[in-house]
Amino acid sequence: MNPILIPEAGQKHLLLGNLAIARGAIEAGVAFVTCYPGTPSSEIPDIFFQIEPETDIYFEYSTNEKVAFEVGAGAAASGIRTLVAMKHVGLNVAADPLMTLAYLGVEGGMVIVVADDVSLFSSQNEQDDRYYGKLSNLPIMEPSSPAEAKDMVKYAFDLSEELKLPVIFRTTTRINHSSGIVTFGALKTRVTRGKFVKDPSKKVAIPAVSRVLHRILLEKYDRASDLANSSDYNFISGQGKWGIITNGISYAYTLDALADLNLRNQVAVLRLGFTHPFPKKLVQDFLRGKEKVLIVEELEPYMETEAKAASYEAGLKTPIAGKSEELFSRLYEFSPSMVRAKIASYFGFPYQAITPIETSDLPDIPDRPPTLCAGCPHRTTLYSVKKIAGEDTIYPCDIGCYGLAYIPPLSASDYSICMGSSISSACGISRTTGRKTVAFIGDSTFFHSGMTGLADAVHNKHNILVVLLDNGTTAMTGYQINPGMDTEPLGRDKQRIKPEDVVRGLGVQDVHVIRPRNLKKTQETVKAAMQYDGVSVIISEEICPLFARRIGKFPKRPVFQVDQERCKNHRDCINYLACPAFYLEGENVMINPDLCIGCAVCGQVCPENAIRPVKKGE
Amino acid sequence: MLATGLIGEAALIAGVNVNVSEIHGMAQRGGVVESAVTMGDIMSPIVSDGEADILLSFEPSETLRSGAKCSKLTTVITNSHPLHPFTVAIGKGVYPDIEAAFEVMRGRVKKLFAINANALAHEAGSVLSMNMVMLGAMAKHAELPITPNHLKQAIKENTKASFLDINLKAFDLGYNT
Repeated sequence: MNPILIPEAGQKHLLLGNLAIARGAIEAGVAFVTCYPGTPSSEIPDIFFQIEPETDIYFEYSTNEKVAFEVGAGAAASGIRTLVAMKHVGLNVAADPLMTLAYLGVEGGMVIVVADDVSLFSSQNEQDDRYYGKLSNLPIMEPSSPAEAKDMVKYAFDLSEELKLPVIFRTTTRINHSSGIVTFGALKTRVTRGKFVKDPSKKVAIPAVSRVLHRILLEKYDRASDLANSSDYNFISGQGKWGIITNGISYAYTLDALADLNLRNQVAVLRLGFTHPFPKKLVQDFLRGKEKVLIVEELEPYMETEAKAASYEAGLKTPIAGKSEELFSRLYEFSPSMVRAKIASYFGFPYQAITPIETSDLPDIPDRPPTLCAGCPHRTTLYSVKKIAGEDTIYPCDIGCYGLAYIPPLSASDYSICMGSSISSACGISRTTGRKTVAFIGDSTFFHSGMTGLADAVHNKHNILVVLLDNGTTAMTGYQINPGMDTEPLGRDKQRIKPEDVVRGLGVQDVHVIRPRNLKKTQETVKAAMQYDGVSVIISEEICPLFARRIGKFPKRPVFQVDQERCKNHRDCINYLACPAFYLEGENVMINPDLCIGCAVCGQVCPENAIRPVKKGE
Repeated sequence: MLATGLIGEAALIAGVNVNVSEIHGMAQRGGVVESAVTMGDIMSPIVSDGEADILLSFEPSETLRSGAKCSKLTTVITNSHPLHPFTVAIGKGVYPDIEAAFEVMRGRVKKLFAINANALAHEAGSVLSMNMVMLGAMAKHAELPITPNHLKQAIKENTKASFLDINLKAFDLGYNT
């Protein structure tokens, strides 16, 4: 049995925040889980995928976050406890159903986990999803540790059923990707079979219905406010004439800072875990009589603005500070020492930071940017496309491993906004520049939100080439399944939808399927597609080598070596292809046999035919 | 499993409070991977500049890159075997003179201890056990609230049977440095 399913209470485990969230949901009797994977949320769905064969919890990787949200909404509407997980920007995709499901409400508890990627470790922006609480009027819970996350998820399900509203469970990367000691609780009995009770006057969001439902939502909001004001997850620790209001991981930094500064008896801390609706009355009581109050929160001044409004309404004069030049930034994540220093300076407490060692005179360290792996088929495809379409062509690039080709020498990304944007933005660029524009998009991203852009391109007769990089998995986030792939090697019975069928079904006439490791054919295909006036799609099919290794489908091929007698040091291999298996020994280009996977592409790039497979016995 | 995960498991075995922080996803794509462990009466899972008690580094140039985490109170345990970034491998970047840089750094921290962990891992039976060598060296040369036996127990409980002997041997080779 997977340890996450252990039924006994009391065991202690070291759990990643995301696994603690999953365990909390399991303890709460969750029976239905949907998601679209995205860092830093992906381990939540991945553990449900792993345990799916040994439980009756329904799980799916949905095609995108909107779909995941709506599939989940249907389950929750049928009375089933439902968890939906996504990264912060995923909620933008799911914002449409979020806003109106708030009107409809839910029957079974529904918890929406959104993982904000503060500091953009793996994201296109660092938006603060707490504002979705304000926008939708839905409750928000925010944990400060993995251990708390587990218990709080359980409560979030209860809260959701009490209010008949979905609950947003907002985390940040430091919670999702930190591990802590978590004590397992007992498992609630799962209810897996639901019943949908027809009631169109409450469940069909047409204007006449929604006018009524909006009023009901605001009534629920008022009840949620009362609950937030008295929630055990909004608590005060320590005491003193000064105050701090904080949330999430900032609470950990704050408590450690106060201990380090010996200020636990001078500063009272109000930790908010039920942060929306903002517990106005609780905060007003906390502010009353305080000399000054500091708000410690990452990203936007959500609590600060709310606290200032609450203070004004109560006629209080307590100075409240948070975001400013001197104090906290709206950018990036905090650190323990930074929070310590700001607390000390705000309350006028003497503090001497530990001085890091002098490093300015240490030698410069070469960058170590993430790169496409040795033998990655994306590199091969992008290399061929750029070789034919040239440097002047504009290349909107989508979100996936191929985004790593942003760096030279491939430099294959000129414009990238969000999931699916490559195809649609290429339409606008092509129309205004009058040139065929080339979009790069992966298989999972194509199903996520590339299909609608492609329909637009065909319908409006745009002049673009879409290069669909089909590596048979959702590689960047950890090899999750997607509709385009064969799931049989993973032992799962899912219907495969071939990207080619979708592309043809959307009306694309100029469709090519290629194997990118055949450079000659690939480049001839790109040439033909670039000359075609209209929408062309090249589907580049080659399995991700890392995924192939995982599923035991990694072919054994001879690795390659540079024939030093033939090599004339053109260095096209390292200057244009730049596979990380290459290295220099003196002036000689060499291939690391531990990294080479024998894809044979460099052999085709070399103008001297100097790169050849290592023969047996060599 | 990451070395920090094993330290965390060892702390759990020892009954010491522990927080582990990881950055996921980029390791297999050749990027820099930094993890943090905090133990004892502490909630923060990350370590600020200058505040590391121990810097455990698996690659010598990365030791220098993480120099700002150290103060004069820091014990540095580092692998001396370089793993060149691709830019260096193809002659478009310069790999620093590690020996000289370590000499400078050694004078600024409490202790800097460098070993060729790749060679010892190879001796243990697989270069993949390099992180076990480093854990063994840390258990020997750094002050920890957990014992070498806690770490070995964590290795035993979290290693596939086919790798266990190699991992334990690698740990011992590191410990005997």
